[in-house]
Amino acid sequence: MAAINRDDVAHLARLAHIEMSAEELDRMAGELAVIVDAVKSVSEAAGEDVPATSHPIPLNNVFREDVVGHTFTADQALSGAPDSDENRFKVPAILDEA
Amino acid sequence: MNENHSNQLVRLTAAQLAAKLAAREVTAVEVVQAHLDRIAAVDGGDRGVHAFLHVNTEEALAVAAEVDAIRAAGGAAADELHELAGVPIAVKDLIVTVGQPTTAGSKILEGWYSPYDATVVEKLRAAKMPILGKTNLDEFAMGSSTEHSAFGPTRNPWDPDRIPGGSGGGSAAAVAAFEAPLALGTDTGGSIRQPGAVTGTVGVKPTYGGVSRYGAIAMASSLDQIGPVSRTVLDSALLHQVIGGHDPRDSTSLPDPLADLVAAARLGNVDGMKIGIIKELHGEGYQAGVEHRFNESLELLKQAGAEIVEVSCPNFKYALGAYYLIMPSEASSNLAKFDGVRYGLRVLPEEPPMTIERVMGATRAAGFGDEVKRRVILGTYALSAGYYDAYYGSAQKVRTLIQRDFDAAFAKADVLISPTAPTTAFKLGEKLDDPLAMYLNDVATIPANMAGVPGLSLPGGLADEDGLPVGIQLLAPAREDARLYRVGAVLESLLEEKWGGPLLDKAPELPAPELPAPSLAETVTSHGGSH
Repeated sequence: MAAINRDDVAHLARLAHIEMSAEELDRMAGELAVIVDAVKSVSEAAGEDVPATSHPIPLNNVFREDVVGHTFTADQALSGAPDSDENRFKVPAILDEA
Repeated sequence: MNENHSNQLVRLTAAQLAAKLAAREVTAVEVVQAHLDRIAAVDGGDRGVHAFLHVNTEEALAVAAEVDAIRAAGGAAADELHELAGVPIAVKDLIVTVGQPTTAGSKILEGWYSPYDATVVEKLRAAKMPILGKTNLDEFAMGSSTEHSAFGPTRNPWDPDRIPGGSGGGSAAAVAAFEAPLALGTDTGGSIRQPGAVTGTVGVKPTYGGVSRYGAIAMASSLDQIGPVSRTVLDSALLHQVIGGHDPRDSTSLPDPLADLVAAARLGNVDGMKIGIIKELHGEGYQAGVEHRFNESLELLKQAGAEIVEVSCPNFKYALGAYYLIMPSEASSNLAKFDGVRYGLRVLPEEPPMTIERVMGATRAAGFGDEVKRRVILGTYALSAGYYDAYYGSAQKVRTLIQRDFDAAFAKADVLISPTAPTTAFKLGEKLDDPLAMYLNDVATIPANMAGVPGLSLPGGLADEDGLPVGIQLLAPAREDARLYRVGAVLESLLEEKWGGPLLDKAPELPAPELPAPSLAETVTSHGGSH
């Protein structure tokens, strides 16, 4: 497996929507390289025939009755919103039209 | 109520408080006030425990007054009170509560109030247990020392210069410092058990799905579990019985009826039980004093009639690596919801354009701490196209291997035993610049989360070399949490007999002196000593 470098971290930070300074990218790349190196043995641990486990105690087809349960009022739902307008979350511009 | 009476009240266990309340020897208001006074005395200041991020004075006293009024009126309502009614509790600040802020230890949620209660909080309210406040934690429960809290670290009541464990250091320290008899924690890789170990308290991670996670802010959904924190095994069983059971609002909640855990804790018998030592979870890499106390516990269990057998779990050596792929992967997905739109912080970029993408980037940069950023980036990496099979896919296969190891081990033993953590509490700051060294602290607790099995940590004594608490971990098969309480209660009583009382009786007096002794040489003389 390839080591993780500064360019990778910059790309991943963009994907994860976290702005990072040059200094932060340098430091994070170094720390993550050590961690990735420590976990890479995992890829050699299990053979092809071993199935994956996604949940420790699988429960399949968990359904509930099709009835209306508890719902929030608009005020409750918006109570923690940084910005709202006419009972709606107010979202910054999606496109850069400047 | 005089100060002495108040000091005695906070040292009682939840079971003892419940008995005194039921016998009307003390009122719930007195009990709650005694704990609020204790919090005021030991939690604040530069060298205070700092277990609490928020103290819920008014509501806690109101609930206590309500319990007292019901008891005083008598009749059916008094008879129907839950046995823990009036016994106060602290709640880890990862669990949402109406009427109190929930921060998850993060700047991104500072000042946020949840519009709903977690299921476990609803259950506490139904039992009329006054909530004393919200306890400190590593940001979003990511850490083993509580140093990653955005609101400053919690100090270990045994030594204010040491970590209280993490992520639930606040809950464990609150209980160890007699600020609360009970607390709720969450355990994703050891966040209930390791703080229990290093503070000399009891902590239980129930079977995955045994306690509803509805209202616990998710870190890694396939690993997270809410559980009890207390000073005795019986108290954890009492609390587990309150919070456990099926919840239709959590689709991973087990539909099974809850076993009688309190009866198991009161049974106290290990005669003929097989207890398995996990070969891979002691010895090399474990502090000598930890190993010594561990062996002493084994000897006590043997004398009590248990048969000690050795089991091998060869794939546990991959558990830490697999955990540090699965947990960040799930966390990176769970934390995507903190986008500066629906709740929490919004930070605008310094320069235009003010697009949503740039607002998100600036918000998450300012709102998340270093450890959260590291894990989100690591998780994003492990889930990237091209790496998914090698990382996340491989880690999920390791999970299967770990489950098989547990299956084989439980074919030979009724419960398994190991030290909870490889070392006693380390110094604040010691591992902060070395994330990998910090992660290694979870080596013995992670396998249980990977397989969903329940685990309990109880105090095993003090390490000879540093005088700090050592934790003993018990593990049982999934859905067999009762076995942990049964064996744990026996070991606890044998150890307390040996010590001549609870381990916490040996803890230093609080509040801690304001400055470390060496630099105090002159001031001590001028103040004539503080004690």
